[in-house]
Amino acid sequence: MSAHTLTAAKKPQPFSFGDWWSRNQRKVIPYIFLAPFLLSFAIFTVYPAGVALFLSFQRTRGFQQAEQGGGVVLEYKGWANYERLLTKDKRFREAMINGAEFWLGTLLVQMPLALAVALALNSPNIRFRVLGRLAFFAPYITSAVVVGWIFRFVYDQNFGWMNSALAQLGIEGPAWIRDVNFVMPSLIILGLWTWVGFNSLFFLAGLQNVPDDLKEAARIDGASTIRVFWHITIPFLRPVFVFVVVTGGIGSFSLFSQPYLLLDFPNTGPFDSGLFPLMYLYDMGFLNIRMGYASAIGYILTVVILIITGMQLLLFRLWKV
Amino acid sequence: MFKSERKSAMGASRVNILSMNTIVLVGVLLCAIPFVYMISASFRREGDLYKLPVTVYPREWTMHNFHTLFDKTEYVRWYGNTIFTASIRTVLGVYLAALAGAAFAKYEFRFKRFFFFLVLATLTLPFHMLLIPLFLLMRDFGWVDNYLAIIVPGMVNAFNIFLMRQYIESVPSELMDAARIDGASEIGMFHRIILPLVRPALGVVGILTFVWTWNDFLWPLVVLHDDAKYLLSNGIATMDGPYEVETGAIMAGSFLATLPIIIIFILMQRQIIAGLTQGAIRG
Repeated sequence: MSAHTLTAAKKPQPFSFGDWWSRNQRKVIPYIFLAPFLLSFAIFTVYPAGVALFLSFQRTRGFQQAEQGGGVVLEYKGWANYERLLTKDKRFREAMINGAEFWLGTLLVQMPLALAVALALNSPNIRFRVLGRLAFFAPYITSAVVVGWIFRFVYDQNFGWMNSALAQLGIEGPAWIRDVNFVMPSLIILGLWTWVGFNSLFFLAGLQNVPDDLKEAARIDGASTIRVFWHITIPFLRPVFVFVVVTGGIGSFSLFSQPYLLLDFPNTGPFDSGLFPLMYLYDMGFLNIRMGYASAIGYILTVVILIITGMQLLLFRLWKV
Repeated sequence: MFKSERKSAMGASRVNILSMNTIVLVGVLLCAIPFVYMISASFRREGDLYKLPVTVYPREWTMHNFHTLFDKTEYVRWYGNTIFTASIRTVLGVYLAALAGAAFAKYEFRFKRFFFFLVLATLTLPFHMLLIPLFLLMRDFGWVDNYLAIIVPGMVNAFNIFLMRQYIESVPSELMDAARIDGASEIGMFHRIILPLVRPALGVVGILTFVWTWNDFLWPLVVLHDDAKYLLSNGIATMDGPYEVETGAIMAGSFLATLPIIIIFILMQRQIIAGLTQGAIRG
């Protein structure tokens, strides 16, 4: 090797890939390691995003004859799809409102419950800790299709377990997924079951970051348990709150499988009370073959989700976490 | 005075312990009930299920639903399809995520920050927003009804790259420098130093990928149209349609599909939870 480099210093050697590689591999290898990601990003994210942008300004005018390929004939329509979605389309508005309602319902009930479960699991004298973690987490890893099916049967007006349990308490249960006023509560309960345990794990991880000596010191200074909780524990949990709010928002607007199964899609509940934006996108794109319109829905949803994510950054800044 | 204060604090904590245990126990019960319904319904005949008063246990246990599942639907095939695609996607996904994670954790190069920004960007942008153009792309590739459509597009996952980077950062750089002096190649180091040292992380990322692929519904619904090609999720979702099977059979299918996931979780609980909570809390 050293003899080789000596001769190389005297006169120019023919280029050898092996030499070049052994000298430069450390510089080149990261790009090779990243190549699959970059390729996949270009093909399956950037390119489709461009196609979607193009499509979102088009309208399906008709279909080709079978001998020409049977494809969709498109026509440029400018901002018409967006305009229609944002001003005229009542179903889309309903879907967005449902997404927001689900998010709100989830936050108001789910966060306090998840925090309570985390506090319980974090307290030192708890029994069945392992069983608890398993039970609380199992719903999250269960397929949404399975969850949707189970709840469809559980919400059955006459034979479902929900109403039989209510009957035990002397309450006559509603028709749940067939009653316009109860579709959203049905979904929120399903959501609680699925995500309370999952979110409590994040609160639990957050609680374990609260330094014990800080709490101890406050207690020695005479602070009550509630004050310690409010002024020490809660501030330490801020990143978890932000995380739960933001992922909850993204999840709410892209809810699909659970309402699809629960309400037996293409049914979307009475008066679209269980229609969610992503379901509407699927409906428009694949059942109505209005690819352009569906792409515009995709873009509006992306903007909404970017705003929610932006909120995360803003909250982190404001709260100095 | 000091004594009495202490006493009341202890009293409070006894109430506290009781209420905490109650919360956990009630929570466990509420979480379990839908699963109990699923299992119970799997072993019942339809007449038993739709008869008042509603009972928790089957009045008469039967394997009827499992026979329906195996004889009247393509369930066994869906199961095989799912194991096949989920396994391939998991192995490839873990390997590719580890490669990218190693690049970010252990090398300096141009555009590193920009590339990492791309990873974070894909992390926040849901894949579903591109449903229509991705489907058109699959059609152009001829991948409709082909498992390449399930395996390839989401294979290099940003969340997994992010996790792998986090874990690979803990591999000592001195070890790699020493290997370099001994003449090891960069690729050799990846296979012989990095991968063995982050084996637990590979397990976490692998399990998350496997479970995610096992449960995914929307994408298989879009790209798989032939019911012999279905995965478990779209198979189970359509069981009431062409097969006209009953509630009990749907629940039996759901039960068998959930079982491996729950078993994996029981075996790997600690690792899965650590993996999921890792990225989130650091913000």
